[in-house]
Amino acid sequence: MPEIEMTVNGKPMSGTVEGRTLLSDFLRDMLGLTGTHIGCDTAQCGACTVHLDGRQVKSCNVFAMDAAGAEVTTIEGMANADGSLGAIQAAFQTHHGLQCGFCTPGMVMAAAGLLKENPAPTEAEIRAHLEGNICRCTGYHNIVKAIQAAAAELGAKPIAAE
Amino acid sequence: MPKDSGIGASSKRREDVRFLTGKGRYTADINLRGQVYVAFARSTVAHGRINSIDTSAAAEMPGVLAVFTGEDFVEMGSNPAGWYITSRNGETMKEPKRPVLAHGKVRHVGDAYAAVVAETVAQAKDAVEAIEADIEELDAVLDMASAVADNSNRVHDEIDDNICFDWGWIEDNRAAVDAAFESAPHVTTLELINNRLSPNPMEPRASLADYNTGTEDYTLYTTSQNPHLHRLLISAFVMGIPEHKLTVIAPDVGGGFGSKIYHYGEEAVVLAAARKLGRPVKWVCDRSEAFVSDAHGRDHVTKIELATDKEGNFLAMRTETLANLGAYLSNFSTATPTFLHGTLMAGPYKTPLVYVNVKGVFTNTVPVDAYRGAGRPEATYQIERVIDKCARELGIDQIEIRRKNFISPDAFPYTTPVGLVYDTGNYGATLDKMIELGDTAGFESRRAESSAKGKLRGIGYSTWIEACGIAPSHLVGQLGARVGLYDAATVRVNATGNISVLTGAHSHGQGHETVFAQVVSDMLGIPEASIEIVHGDTSKIPFGMGSYGSRSLAVCGTAIVKATDKIIAKCKKIAAHQMEASESDIVFENGNFTVAGTDKSKSFGDIALSAYVPHNYPLDELEPGLEESAFYDPANFTYPAGAYACEVEVDPGTGKVDVVAFTAADDFGNVINPMIVEGQVHGGVVQGIGQALFEVVVHNDEGQNLTGSYMDYAMPRSNDVPLLVVDHSCQTPCTHNPLGVKGCGEAGAIGTPPAVVNAVIDALQAGGYDIAHIDMPLTPSKVWAAMAGAQQAAE
Amino acid sequence: MYAFDFVKPSTLDEALSALAEDEAQAISGGQTLIPTLKQRLAMPSKLVSLTGIAELKGVKTEGNTLTIAGATTHAVVAKEAAEAYPALASLAGRIGDPSVRALGTIGGSLANNDPSACYPAAALASGATIVTNTREIPADDYFQGLFTTALDEGEIVTGVKFPIPEKAHYQKFIQPASRFPLTAVFVAKYSSGVRVAVTGASEDGVFRWSEGEEALGANFSPDAVSGLSVDPDGMMADMHGTAEYRAHLVKVLTARAVAAANG
Repeated sequence: MPEIEMTVNGKPMSGTVEGRTLLSDFLRDMLGLTGTHIGCDTAQCGACTVHLDGRQVKSCNVFAMDAAGAEVTTIEGMANADGSLGAIQAAFQTHHGLQCGFCTPGMVMAAAGLLKENPAPTEAEIRAHLEGNICRCTGYHNIVKAIQAAAAELGAKPIAAE
Repeated sequence: MPKDSGIGASSKRREDVRFLTGKGRYTADINLRGQVYVAFARSTVAHGRINSIDTSAAAEMPGVLAVFTGEDFVEMGSNPAGWYITSRNGETMKEPKRPVLAHGKVRHVGDAYAAVVAETVAQAKDAVEAIEADIEELDAVLDMASAVADNSNRVHDEIDDNICFDWGWIEDNRAAVDAAFESAPHVTTLELINNRLSPNPMEPRASLADYNTGTEDYTLYTTSQNPHLHRLLISAFVMGIPEHKLTVIAPDVGGGFGSKIYHYGEEAVVLAAARKLGRPVKWVCDRSEAFVSDAHGRDHVTKIELATDKEGNFLAMRTETLANLGAYLSNFSTATPTFLHGTLMAGPYKTPLVYVNVKGVFTNTVPVDAYRGAGRPEATYQIERVIDKCARELGIDQIEIRRKNFISPDAFPYTTPVGLVYDTGNYGATLDKMIELGDTAGFESRRAESSAKGKLRGIGYSTWIEACGIAPSHLVGQLGARVGLYDAATVRVNATGNISVLTGAHSHGQGHETVFAQVVSDMLGIPEASIEIVHGDTSKIPFGMGSYGSRSLAVCGTAIVKATDKIIAKCKKIAAHQMEASESDIVFENGNFTVAGTDKSKSFGDIALSAYVPHNYPLDELEPGLEESAFYDPANFTYPAGAYACEVEVDPGTGKVDVVAFTAADDFGNVINPMIVEGQVHGGVVQGIGQALFEVVVHNDEGQNLTGSYMDYAMPRSNDVPLLVVDHSCQTPCTHNPLGVKGCGEAGAIGTPPAVVNAVIDALQAGGYDIAHIDMPLTPSKVWAAMAGAQQAAE
Repeated sequence: MYAFDFVKPSTLDEALSALAEDEAQAISGGQTLIPTLKQRLAMPSKLVSLTGIAELKGVKTEGNTLTIAGATTHAVVAKEAAEAYPALASLAGRIGDPSVRALGTIGGSLANNDPSACYPAAALASGATIVTNTREIPADDYFQGLFTTALDEGEIVTGVKFPIPEKAHYQKFIQPASRFPLTAVFVAKYSSGVRVAVTGASEDGVFRWSEGEEALGANFSPDAVSGLSVDPDGMMADMHGTAEYRAHLVKVLTARAVAAANG
């Protein structure tokens, strides 16, 4: 079986995979990065969202071999260097943008994807961007609030993590 | 000024840090050395007789370690229904056996009849395809009305009319109710369907079983809302594993909404396989598998009638419901359409006469059980829809008809005609708050603005009540419950003064780790950060019944208060001794024990330390250590209530409904953490919008689930809902628990659906369409068809 | 998923020779194919990824023609076609969700020809030319029904040439679960006439609404279609919408697309 390498959260990683190994499987099962969650099998819930070469993707809908050589960022790579919560993570806590926590990693990664492209999104733009991330707990209200707050916070300084 | 910690503070959630950094630990995240995997063979037909199952080819597949069929579990017990319902004729309900794996017959699409354990998930799934099952397809029992009318086709061969129970509530009142209808000046009738839903917590179910061959101990990691209940069901009813040899651990759980209350056969299979193989066995449910194996919710077909005078005063209410139970009785399935539904049919109104008839019906579908709100949304939907229709028929304002029928605030405690005693409430107050925050006075101008954009705008209301804090054991025992519904807590003060609180309640999104700590912090005057909440592991926590029915704070929270009271009482004894004073002179304030009228004082930490270092200690009067437990069984249910206003815009071109404004004014009694309470309401309201506009499980004529993935089962996305206005400032504290709390988790899911549907009907009628009712979900296609039909009728 | 080999060539030639093997299948963004594989509905022996081939990526405008290479993602089209063909860029920017748009490609969408996909409507309404490794196929000949195209075995979409219209708009009405179009209409006005393509509605996949085209050719205004009716016969019917509903949507969405195109 082929061996692949990729940079995950800034660190070189490698592992042996099959053709059918998904990026999400590689992250969870081989690298132990279980913050990337699997909530569906039709690539709709977005709980598995990560960044692949700077693009927001659903890691359950990418083959690990297609991501060979790429730079991957997962929720485990989103904290500040000192281990404290990054601005988006902190805003989710402050604004109660999570309850059971299961969709949360995907939401944070999607939020980061949005703010990188659009540092000052409107409420409608936030909601449109989250179309591929399902949350069953929060009704999205506080997720929207959290992303608005994170945008305001990050607007004051350059985007750090990512 | 808002508090920054303790009761009433919006303390940030401590659990968030692990969830936000990918360090949560859900069942699927746990891996044990040497673990193997199970995959299930599931029925592809809704109803069939199992003639034979040949597993020989599967057993020879690469990596396969074991194959199980229903035959392997015939000696085991049945997964039970937790409530015995007595029918109108005095007979006890019919409870068919619910096997671990289907045996003899398969009774719904997804019914598991075999399981393969293999070294990898892929190998297990490959081998499942190699199982040769000869299953003779039978006609599926799907439509409830025909299932009851025609006994030739039976889900369970021994149950001839597919009826589990025929329940009347309250049967003795029936004649009086009928008489009131005979003489009523006005009767409003409505037939409606409460649509079948799939709960869909974002974390699919998962189980991982471990068996220690040396000690014969089992450990089950599983997605449970109530690990002790799971252990009890597995031990006492299904597998016979002695309770003390089975540890059930519900680690981080990604939402439940009811679907993870229940014990499912997959859990027994992983335990049995782990024992047989001596290796840990893991199962993680695929979403497509979840749609045909997780318990569904709702699915009632109802006719409701409301008798009034010409002024809209309610005289009597009468309902007949067929409640779909699915193919087997899930653990709470018989309570949901009966006691959690019929007892709520008075709503917040003083309707003097109410009669409810419910027939529980078996069909060839996935079992139906409690889903967020459980029975109370079904009750509320009927009541609030029929009132809406009645007001339109009589030409009475929607707010006024509700207000004039409210139980008055000075009437509490109020005994309803359906068996409950409401302890307190002020329904007019929440209604007024809703009117204020929802600016109902400004609605007509908003309607005009929408009209200018080509949209039909409507407003709908729902004033609802629920019974939470489930449940007083003495009451539910009378009603047929087979368990008590108390909860338990242990408060362990460690020698250095910090605290571990072990709770029977389980947190899977509710924020117990934060809220419970706020309560204890307030009582003991120590920082929240010094208090840890431990939940989810039966080897650590006391025997509590878990989390559902908006009960955690009202029931388990009270147990925590009682255990903490015992801690304080013991500390006072220690302090009295230490400071050579009378125990009755010890005052506990701000974390210090002081001798009244003196400056003699000991801190909580000093007392805790002396309890564990009892060098100078009255051992004959006091035990060392500082740990207390309490069980709390509530005296009554709690009765949260609220008033909701929903505004929608309907696109007349497409029939699409958009919720454009939503106001929820709730009375939850006292509130411990406002931020968390608001979050619970947001989530509940959006699930309610989901039921009203998007969600439904659809079966075709063969019983195939046509909504078996997120490609077809629609749930609200971020851009389907607006920001919500929620308020909990109207507070009539619960009179029978020390925190004065009522529960808030299900409120939104209960109060919202009728508000949305009423708003759509309002929009359509104001737009000139004579439409009295549309069944949920109000999809664009259905709304458009109703509009087209109304237009045709008018022409 | 069943087991298969996975290769990721860096040139088109390598990809084509890999695809020549039995049961080999091309995969581009994989956004539709991977869920299909998860359900064990397909059993390729080898997947040949097209995402590593530089020559299959890019958007360029020459004269009045916008050319998009086959493995260009929706996100890139949304950005890079915005000036030349805003209606097309807008369509690309509304496919699925941001994660889907980051990986999903125009070639993958057109090769799959899902009856509810967005791109086929744009290609058909624009009278685009589908360019493959062997030939050029006019859109009118390319779409041949549900998941069926003029592509031969092993033939891949290397690019699409869109004539840029005077005015155009894409009106999408989504199915709320899948977020695919329940019905969507792409209207494009050229000097030579108006083309109206409908996706999500017909049992035969994307189609042109010729009656609507004629009416709009004479009078490019929403009123032009108000007197027309669309035959529900042959429309898809499911829990999300009856055939009559879809037929009705064709007309409503066409009128709205025209209104929007006229600004």
